[in-house]
Amino acid sequence: MTVPAQESGPHKRVVLAEADIDRALTRIAHEILEANKGSRDLVLLGIPRRGFPLAQRLAQKIAAVDPTVDPDLITGQLDVTMYRDDLRRHPTRSPLATQLPPSGIDDKVVVLVDDVLYSGRTVRAALDALADLGRPRTVRLAVLVDRGHRELPIRADHVGKNLPTSSRESVRVHLAEIDLIGGSAVNEVVIEDRV
Amino acid sequence: MKHLLSTQDLSAGNALRLLDVAEEMAAVGEREIKKLPALRGRTVVNLFFEDSTRTRISFEAAAKRLSADVINFAAKGSSVSKGESLKDTAQTLEAMSADAVVIRHPASGAPARLAASGWIDAAVVNAGDGTHEHPTQALLDAFTLRRHWAGVAGAASPGTDLTGMKVLIVGDVLHSRVARSNVWLLTTLGAEVLLAGPPTLLPVGVGAWPCTVFYDLDDALAERPDAVMMLRLQAERMNAAFFPSLREYSRRWGFDDGRLALLDTLGLDDTVIMHPGPMNRGLEISSAAADSPRSTVLAQVRNGVSVRMAALYLLLAGDPHDEQDQQRHRHDRQSDDPDLIPEGRTP
Repeated sequence: MTVPAQESGPHKRVVLAEADIDRALTRIAHEILEANKGSRDLVLLGIPRRGFPLAQRLAQKIAAVDPTVDPDLITGQLDVTMYRDDLRRHPTRSPLATQLPPSGIDDKVVVLVDDVLYSGRTVRAALDALADLGRPRTVRLAVLVDRGHRELPIRADHVGKNLPTSSRESVRVHLAEIDLIGGSAVNEVVIEDRV
Repeated sequence: MKHLLSTQDLSAGNALRLLDVAEEMAAVGEREIKKLPALRGRTVVNLFFEDSTRTRISFEAAAKRLSADVINFAAKGSSVSKGESLKDTAQTLEAMSADAVVIRHPASGAPARLAASGWIDAAVVNAGDGTHEHPTQALLDAFTLRRHWAGVAGAASPGTDLTGMKVLIVGDVLHSRVARSNVWLLTTLGAEVLLAGPPTLLPVGVGAWPCTVFYDLDDALAERPDAVMMLRLQAERMNAAFFPSLREYSRRWGFDDGRLALLDTLGLDDTVIMHPGPMNRGLEISSAAADSPRSTVLAQVRNGVSVRMAALYLLLAGDPHDEQDQQRHRHDRQSDDPDLIPEGRTP
C-alpha cells in the first residue's frame, strides 16, 4: 500500500494499514459468531457514514465462515442524527438514510458497528434510535478503534484496536468505499494533531 | 437558513438539501413509531390569520412528529379580532419564547415584516401570505414531482433535481401564491414551467417571469407537459368580474373528462395531475380527473408533512448562532453555497 505523500499540514501517522484493518475485522467477525454461538438472528447495523461499510465487510466475513448467511440480508444502516444530544451545538446536520434488513430487528441480536468509539455519545444516540425501530433481544457493539475518553457508561463488546490517544489528537478512519485521497481509494486509520 | 419566507431567494443547494431531508422524514412517517426527538423542548406557534385546514394540520403534525410543543393560534376568537396589531401579537409570542412562528396572513409580505422587524427572535416560516408566496406548498409539489420524475427515470429521488421536466400551471395565477412559489422553485430546480390561464387572471408583468404563457389550455397541453397543476379558483379574492361565468371558465380552463382523455390520446402516459387543494370539483377539475390514477392530490398532502418536518428541522435543530453566520454568507451568495452542504459526522 502506498502511503499518500505527507502534506505540510498537521502531523499525521498511520496506525492501522489496509492489512491491519482486514485482520481486525476478520477477528471481530469470528468473535461475533462465537459470542452468538452461530449466525442465528444476527443483524449488523452500521452507523453512518463509516460504520455501514464496516458492517458490510463484517457480514461478508461472517458469510465466508457460515455459507447459509446472505450478507445483504443481515446488514443495515442506522442513522442517529436526530437522536444526538449535541444537535443544538452544531450547524444543522442532514440526516442520512436508515435501512433495516427485511427481517426487521425485533427479537434479533443487533450488533451496532461504528468506526471510532470516543465519547460514547453516538452509541447512546444509536440505542435511542434503535428503541424507536423495534425491540432487539440483545444489542452488542463492535468498533474498529476504541480511542478512550468515554463520557458515558458505554463499552464495546468487540474492538479492532485499542488506541490510547490524547484528546488533542483526532483519529480518522478512511475506507475505500467512501474515501478517495489524491484520487485513490485508501483503507487506513490515521492519527492527526488537531489544528 | 434562519427563515423560510419565499422560494424566490432559495438557492438550488438549499432546496435540494431540504428535499433530501424530507425523504428521510418520509421514511419516518412509514414507521410504527412516527416520532423523532430532534426538536424536543422547542416551541412552534402556528399563527393563522386566514382559514386553513391542511396547511395548519400538516404543520402541526410535522412539529409534533419532531417532538416540538405546538401552540395553535387562530385569529378568529383571539385578541386580533379586538384589534391587536401584528406587532403586539408577535411580542406576546416572543414573551412566551416561541422558537418558530408559522404564519399565514392575508397581507402579502406579513411574514417578511415579522422576520425583519426585530419584534421577535424566532424563525419565521411563511405558510402563505396574501397573493405573494406559499413556499412549503411549492416544496411539497417539487418533492412530489421529483419522486414522480425519478420514478419515471427508474432512479432513486434523493440528490436529483427536475432537469428536463415540463410543468404546466393552469388557472387563477393572479391570486395564487402557490403558482408564484412554484414558478420560482421549479425553475431553480431545473424544470421548464408553462402557465395557462385567462388573460384577466394572469398578473401584470408575467412576461418577465421565467416561464412561457399560454392563453389556451389545449394549446398548452399540446406542448406535452409532464405534470399539470390545476390552481383553485379563489372566489374569496375575486373582487371584479374576471370572466363571464363559472360555466365558461370550467369549459375553457377546467381539467374535465375530455382533457383527461386527451392525455391518453396524446400518449402522455406519465403525465400527472396536481392540485394544491382544496378542490372545486366540477369547476377547475372534474371528479374523474381528481380521482384518476394520474392524480397526485393525496400524495401531495402526505408529502406535505415530510416537507414541513424537513423545513422545521433545518430551521430549528442546529445552533442558532451558526445559522445566523450562514445567513450572512447567504447574502453574498453564489448559486450554490458550500457553507450549507451537510458536514460529515465527526467521530
